Amino acid sequence: MRTKAKGFSREASEGHAVAVILSRPVVALRERRLNFGGKWNYMPAPEDSKSYPIAPRHELFIGGKFVQPHSKQYFPSINPATEEKLTEIAFAEATDVDKAVKSARRAYQNVWSKMPGRERGKYLYRIARIIQEKARELAVLESMDGGKPIKESRDVDLPLVAAHFFYYAGWADKLKYAFPGKTPEPLGVAGQIIPWNFPLLMAAWKIAPALACGNTVVLKPAETTSITAMRLAQIFLEAELPEGVVNIVTGPGDTGAAIVNHPDIDKLAFTGSTAVGKQIAQAVAGTKKKLTLELGGKAANILFEDAPIDQAIEGVIAGIYFNQGHVCCAGSRLFVQEGIYSMVVKKLRDRIQTLRVGNPLDKNTDIGAINSNAQLRKIRDLVQSGVDEGARLTQTQCDLPEKGYWFPPSFFTGVTHAHRVATEEIFGPVLGVMTFRTPEEAFERANNTPYGLSAGVWTDKGSKIFNMVSQLRAGVVWANSFNKFDPASPFGGYKESGFGREGGLQGLAAYCRLR
Amino acid sequence: MVEERAASFGKRSIKGTTKLAGLKMAVSMCDLTTLEGKDTPGKVAYLCRKALQPIEVKYDVSSCAAVCVYPNLVKYARQFLGGLSPVKIASVATGFPSGQYPMRTKLEEVRRAAVDGADEIDMVIDRGAFLAGEHAKVFDEIAATKEICGPAHLKVIFETGELVTYDNVRLASEIAMQAGADFIKTSTGKVSPAATMPVTLVMLEAIRDYFFATGIRIGMKPAGGIRTAKQALAYLVMVKETLGDDWLCPQLFRFGASTLLNDVLMQIVKTVEGNYQAADYFSLS
Repeated sequence: MRTKAKGFSREASEGHAVAVILSRPVVALRERRLNFGGKWNYMPAPEDSKSYPIAPRHELFIGGKFVQPHSKQYFPSINPATEEKLTEIAFAEATDVDKAVKSARRAYQNVWSKMPGRERGKYLYRIARIIQEKARELAVLESMDGGKPIKESRDVDLPLVAAHFFYYAGWADKLKYAFPGKTPEPLGVAGQIIPWNFPLLMAAWKIAPALACGNTVVLKPAETTSITAMRLAQIFLEAELPEGVVNIVTGPGDTGAAIVNHPDIDKLAFTGSTAVGKQIAQAVAGTKKKLTLELGGKAANILFEDAPIDQAIEGVIAGIYFNQGHVCCAGSRLFVQEGIYSMVVKKLRDRIQTLRVGNPLDKNTDIGAINSNAQLRKIRDLVQSGVDEGARLTQTQCDLPEKGYWFPPSFFTGVTHAHRVATEEIFGPVLGVMTFRTPEEAFERANNTPYGLSAGVWTDKGSKIFNMVSQLRAGVVWANSFNKFDPASPFGGYKESGFGREGGLQGLAAYCRLR
Repeated sequence: MVEERAASFGKRSIKGTTKLAGLKMAVSMCDLTTLEGKDTPGKVAYLCRKALQPIEVKYDVSSCAAVCVYPNLVKYARQFLGGLSPVKIASVATGFPSGQYPMRTKLEEVRRAAVDGADEIDMVIDRGAFLAGEHAKVFDEIAATKEICGPAHLKVIFETGELVTYDNVRLASEIAMQAGADFIKTSTGKVSPAATMPVTLVMLEAIRDYFFATGIRIGMKPAGGIRTAKQALAYLVMVKETLGDDWLCPQLFRFGASTLLNDVLMQIVKTVEGNYQAADYFSLS
């Protein structure tokens, strides 16, 4: 080494350019690939689930008690990662729903609507604190029942669940200042039907504002994800929430229909598919029931040439692969400005290769299990249609577990607006990538959908952001970020993505009559 | 998104054999550093010995990548390590740490360090010129330093704590790589903040784009502020998931650190033996 070092100076300085280039080996163009191989593999790091046993059977929660369903029938709840039965869930019929509504009505008339806001707030604060204390347990149950990675249920779902209760607890005693010049009054009994993608979080979005405003609740969780809702019922008991203020009935769509059609419901809130939302809107038409709907989406994520591309890629990944793409506001349509298209596709291909698919309870898992076999079939069908219609499919190369419902992170290129994968909501980890040239083209195409829940804009230029935001027909537009949620921020859709807002001050309005 | 993504690497759960392999890899990537006014030939000799064999043979730990010293101490390191050492000698130069010196003397420093036996030169950029927008001057200085380095590898230190913004870090990375840097390095260790995960991520992304454009693999060296084994593992996760396996080697990734090594060694012993050993069992570093 030393002799070389001594000898270099004169010769090297004569041929500086050569020295610079020669000192660094060059990889040929077609071999310029990143190698995400097994040089340093992560061992499995599963979260402990043994400490949180699940009861073999779950009853209905009516009038502050766990009661058997009238039918005495139960249906299994499956762990989508193993296909094993976790527990049995009570099947509520119209009779049970009627009992729940009556119980909610009694609680509304006798207790909850008469209680001062500051007292209602105390219950909500208490619930929020107990949720924080039990956050780990709830996160584990959420991941076992729904298939979402523990990383997300632990770091996203549960903190947001607690935050929603804290946020609306704060409003309970300040309602009369919320709407200047108006006096808010509670509506009565709220029927709430929630989806399976964020079971606890959706329960929090629905229950917290309803209770803060003085309403009582009949809640129906989704058929495949009832366990954490029933655990939430136990938390209500622990918080000594007066009986009947929240009632939880479990079952399939028929149970939901019984809530929708019950004559003594004052307010309905539904989050789920657009098809069911339309049925509910029809059923409710001409009744006294107030309605808010939060339905499907096919969000556009618009990526301009002047965006920091690597950061935008992270946003695209978070936008579509978060929670296996089971997100109504998922950024499922990516519009890339033409000049950076090939670079973006290359980076996307690399990036999805680093997403780890597998056991939802493994702390290193990025993509968990698809929520149900039915949903997996729907994703497969739609992806097959994309292939049949000539779009190019890119997927991660990874081994999927033998049992359970899995779908690898995927994206389509060569997609047009005439492809089903670019128009229909897939509700899975599948992205469609398209190009555009001008901002006008971008928002025209982004708006060319029956949905309008969310959108994303990526650019370093502030004026462009404001211009795009004013043109996009979407309830939420994220600028240089995606899938960010906060209880203080209203969330809801345009067009067939629904109406009404959840979260923030606007979320209160959905549960009040203003005089 | 930079901070968020950087934080996500720290959430990977690195346990068992993965942890042990990662810790050993971290040792092999250490540039064991002493950059003090009171440095002595004796301390350098001690550092060289520690770099050659960081811990008892039974733990099967490789030597560190390099020792990093001031130019005046390079010859002592070379005397101690000899000509064929697996441990490289890195010398800071070009008016380290400020870079506020005439170009002529900067180049003379580099030349002498190389003549004295440095395998690697850790230069600092002229942050004054960079922040004043004189990017061509920064480029020229790096290119001239590279020329005078000859076969010695050139690491270019940005002092990201003084560049402040990610945009600046990204631009400095591009300038340095195009001007001939073999490695880009965050910090001198004399300014706070030194290396951070988000800043390192921005530099890794610049390295990735430069590789795609030119086919040249540039190395990365975060330096300063990395003190614990846990931090080091998070950096390795970041390298693995940003640039892939090819960069997980001392030829392309280094830690510039003085206190990191002992924490990593402690963790290695703990992982192997099952319990922690007192600090007295580890030689100073």
